[in-house]
Amino acid sequence: MTDIVIIGAGQAGASLAIKLRALGHDGKLTLIGEESSPPYQRPPLSKGYLLGEMELDRLYLRPLSFWEDQSVTLHLGEQVTSIDRTARTVRVGGKTIPYHQLALTMGSQPRRLPESIGGGLPGVYTVRTLADVESIKPEFRLGRRMLIVGGGYIGLEAAAVGAKLGLKVTLIEMAPRILQRVAAPETSDYFRKVHTDHGVQILENIGLDRLSGDTRVAGAVLSDGSEIDVDFVVVGVGIAPLTLLAEETGLVIENGIHTDEFGRTSDPHIWAAGDCTSFPHRGGRLRLESVGHAIHQAETVAQNILGAMVPYCARPWFWSDQYDVKLQIAGLNTGYDRIVTRKGDSEAISFWYYRGDSLLAVDAMNDARAYMIGKRLIEADKSPDPAIIADLRTDLRTLLKP
Amino acid sequence: MEGARDNGIPGIEAECGGACACSTCHVYVDPAWVDKLPAREGMEEDMLEFAYEPDPVRSRLTCQVKASESLDGLIVQMPEQQI
Repeated sequence: MTDIVIIGAGQAGASLAIKLRALGHDGKLTLIGEESSPPYQRPPLSKGYLLGEMELDRLYLRPLSFWEDQSVTLHLGEQVTSIDRTARTVRVGGKTIPYHQLALTMGSQPRRLPESIGGGLPGVYTVRTLADVESIKPEFRLGRRMLIVGGGYIGLEAAAVGAKLGLKVTLIEMAPRILQRVAAPETSDYFRKVHTDHGVQILENIGLDRLSGDTRVAGAVLSDGSEIDVDFVVVGVGIAPLTLLAEETGLVIENGIHTDEFGRTSDPHIWAAGDCTSFPHRGGRLRLESVGHAIHQAETVAQNILGAMVPYCARPWFWSDQYDVKLQIAGLNTGYDRIVTRKGDSEAISFWYYRGDSLLAVDAMNDARAYMIGKRLIEADKSPDPAIIADLRTDLRTLLKP
Repeated sequence: MEGARDNGIPGIEAECGGACACSTCHVYVDPAWVDKLPAREGMEEDMLEFAYEPDPVRSRLTCQVKASESLDGLIVQMPEQQI
């Protein structure tokens, strides 16, 4: 009987445990998480849950009874302090738990502002955990002034919730445009307009000098020297993979915990999945921050721990909800040199990323059809002529025919 | 979808957690029940078209079907896979 310990009880850890049981693994299975909540979905935290449209129990990936029924031992609110690779044990909350196979699914943590510029003041928040969002929710009241630092998806989703609830929202982005790191100018322009139309003030090319306040944050000095009054601040400046434990254990780290195509780390008895890993992808290495990746890499690792040895093939996709806009992204746009726009009469619009003649990715706004077709095309490694994509007379479905 | 998830029904993956963003909670509704469900909206319709072997009449994304008393007894079948 193989005893398996999983460190990290987020999406990847939960998917890994669920899959192991589904595949018939009946050895001891232990899932350890630092947060006190049982495994839950993070995406709604900055969307429907923050907005108050979703009850807490709907966030849970499984009801609490599931873990008991499946004989998965949960250690919640407990931190693993060390891994002994020779003895094959992990140390958690004063206990020593032995393993035959260990999986690391610790995820990532938000980057914070330095304390020296006021990042530690009360009223300054990040949006990553349920606890983060529980503490931030009471701040979202009519008329309050929210400053968002960072124009990525987390910041924009928080802005949308704030605007919907009647807050006065200012968002600053130090890069020349919002979403610069992750999307084309066309997508940035689209979302800038959506937010501006909803009353959000978006300031690009503007950094934060410092936050000010005595007992809690009350103001911000921006890089252009201007000062604004704020009631609270949301920081969305990216996330970093949680690799410290793996590092201390002596595993190879390479922009995340280094895994091979099977999800194995540099120790053959230790596996890793989700946000905290970097893995082989199309001749290079990749780290992905997404639910879809967490699920699929974790499920592949579950198979491989049990001996299947199937390689993981990432099929990146992402989504975001802001106001009445659903953004769906298929593929990875890294290295694109050209954007093809497809826009009809309706609200649907999509931007298709090409490198030369190769289709890399699609951003689809309220255009599920463009997203689904783009995703299938990219997965099949098919690249339609850009002129055909831009031509609205083209029925995109015909592109999928063999 | 949430009912299936909470009861550990295999085959409903629901990767996006019910945001109508991924099409992995696809089912075929029993013909006798098709008309008793609220109609599909545009987004669901477009997603379903590219799910695994969709049926123009019976396919639904379960995240878009809200469970209620009136659906007590509903019968659905699973596709062979979710994509």
